[in-house]
Amino acid sequence: MNLSDQLLQYILSGLSTGAIYALIGLGFAIIYNSTGIINFAQGEFVMFGGMLGVYFFHKQGLALPIAFLLAVVVTALCGVLFERFAIRPLRRPTPMNMVIITIGGSIFLRGVAMIAWGKDTHVLPTFSGDEPISFAGATLLPQHLWIFAITILLIIGTKLFFSHTISGKAMSACAVNRRAAGLVGIDVRRMIMFSFILSSAIGAMAGIIIAPLTMTSYDVGVMLGLKGFCAAIIGGMSSGLPTVIGGLLLGVLESLGAGFSSGYKDAVAFVILLLILFFRPQGLFSRGSSERV
Amino acid sequence: MELLKLKNINTYYNAVHALKNVSLHLGRGEIVTLIGANGAGKTTLLNTLSAVTPARTGEILYDQQRIEGCEPERIVELGISQVPEGRQVFKPLTVEDNLELGAYLRFRRRESRKVIRADLEEMYLLFPRLRERRKQLAGTLSGGEQQMLAIGRALMAKPKVLLLDEPSMGLAPLVVQEIFGVIAALCRDKGTSILLVEQNAKAALKLADRGYVLETGKVILSGVASELLDNPEVQRAYLGKEKKEIWEN
Ligand SMILES: Nc1ncnc2c1ncn2[C@@H]1O[C@H](COP(=O)(O)OP(=O)(O)OP(=O)(O)O)[C@@H](O)[C@H]1O
Ligand SMILES: [Mg+2]
Repeated sequence: MNLSDQLLQYILSGLSTGAIYALIGLGFAIIYNSTGIINFAQGEFVMFGGMLGVYFFHKQGLALPIAFLLAVVVTALCGVLFERFAIRPLRRPTPMNMVIITIGGSIFLRGVAMIAWGKDTHVLPTFSGDEPISFAGATLLPQHLWIFAITILLIIGTKLFFSHTISGKAMSACAVNRRAAGLVGIDVRRMIMFSFILSSAIGAMAGIIIAPLTMTSYDVGVMLGLKGFCAAIIGGMSSGLPTVIGGLLLGVLESLGAGFSSGYKDAVAFVILLLILFFRPQGLFSRGSSERV
Repeated sequence: MELLKLKNINTYYNAVHALKNVSLHLGRGEIVTLIGANGAGKTTLLNTLSAVTPARTGEILYDQQRIEGCEPERIVELGISQVPEGRQVFKPLTVEDNLELGAYLRFRRRESRKVIRADLEEMYLLFPRLRERRKQLAGTLSGGEQQMLAIGRALMAKPKVLLLDEPSMGLAPLVVQEIFGVIAALCRDKGTSILLVEQNAKAALKLADRGYVLETGKVILSGVASELLDNPEVQRAYLGKEKKEIWEN
């Protein structure tokens, strides 16, 4: 393998993990935009997706597509319960309250997963075989294509939802001006609930499509959550393209970093996170205005 | 015939007693103005009506029904829409999205899209400048256009009562005229009842049928608009007449 082939290989595998980070980042952004909360339990939704997929597939012996669907639905339900019992009871939350609550929630969800499924790592079968595909000197697995396809569909789906449905527009309205949204008759609490459903469902899908490649266990949410958060920060907490690009960028940089030495892989996200927070807290692509949807 | 009636409303912000035993009413097809200085409680009154800042005691009757315990959505659904102070349009959304969101509850009730679409067209007839800017982000509109958009958005809910909070604030006289013209037309052509909060007392009293004067949370004067215009106390406190006369002498 020559150098440019190797580079392409790193970039391609970086893009596929980056796609996962992008989805997780979108989950962060959607909740942040409708509530102002950074939901540190987002990674746990991702973990639940993967673990529930494993549970329904291996333990219940269901077909993979059905296990996939059930895992997403059950995780979304967890999202609803989380909003209902952890977020909503706080009537006038301070940012610090919220950070503590969502971190507490993430520890709780991780604990639940550990008690339910133990500390072992689990794996899901790939969606359509393990026959590598060569692509311009690099190789891809069919699962990589699944990841790209599902990510693209989800991104287009959320985009259409926010720009073309009245519920999506109402969610954006809540995000920018809660009081005015209430005055036109939008039930703000319902929209917040909606944002938790959407985020947890997207997170769950990310967790399931990555599980065949990286394995999953009760604690994968910590790192995945952090990476997704980093993607969202690069994207200036936008629930659109900037966060997606943030995720892809992070994935590729990580993959290249790992090419030098595998020890650098996780450090990349931390370094980027700190650099962005120091120098461009509004995100890499924002023109400085703080108006966002 | 009274459409909206407030009886002995008391509203608080924690310890601050913002509305003190306020009673007032609004007839069908009537324009009533509420004037008062900064901090008098005008916005609080509208927000109490919209159930954003609910009253602690007192009754609100709408069409003979008690509505003071309702949620804000329900108030809009019943036909009371507010154009809030400072326009509060959804700035990063397009003009058309803002208008559509005004009809949010009608979409939720699965009202025919065709009908809603027709109402949107009507808003563009009412405010032609909004049609030219329909794909533009609301935040890029001028102050006057944002005010028009805020009114259009409230009208998309098809209200029977329109609550307007200082629509003339910060606008050039010509724009104020245009907006007041629309308000008068709404009342005349559609029979919409209007409660207009204003600091621009003279213009408001000229437009309105009746008026109330609010001072530190209390209604201190009320009556037919033309009489309030001539009332010496109103002239002194809100129209600056006396000062001008002294100055003229
Ligand atoms: N959120 C709040 N918390 C505490 N006090 C408030 C709040 N909002 C208003 N007040 C107080 O209630 C009183 C009435 O305020 P309100 O905003 O209703 O006045 P206003 O007549 O609309 O004034 P303006 O003409 O400046 O808009 C004021 O004394 C104000 O300080
Ligand atoms: Mg006010």
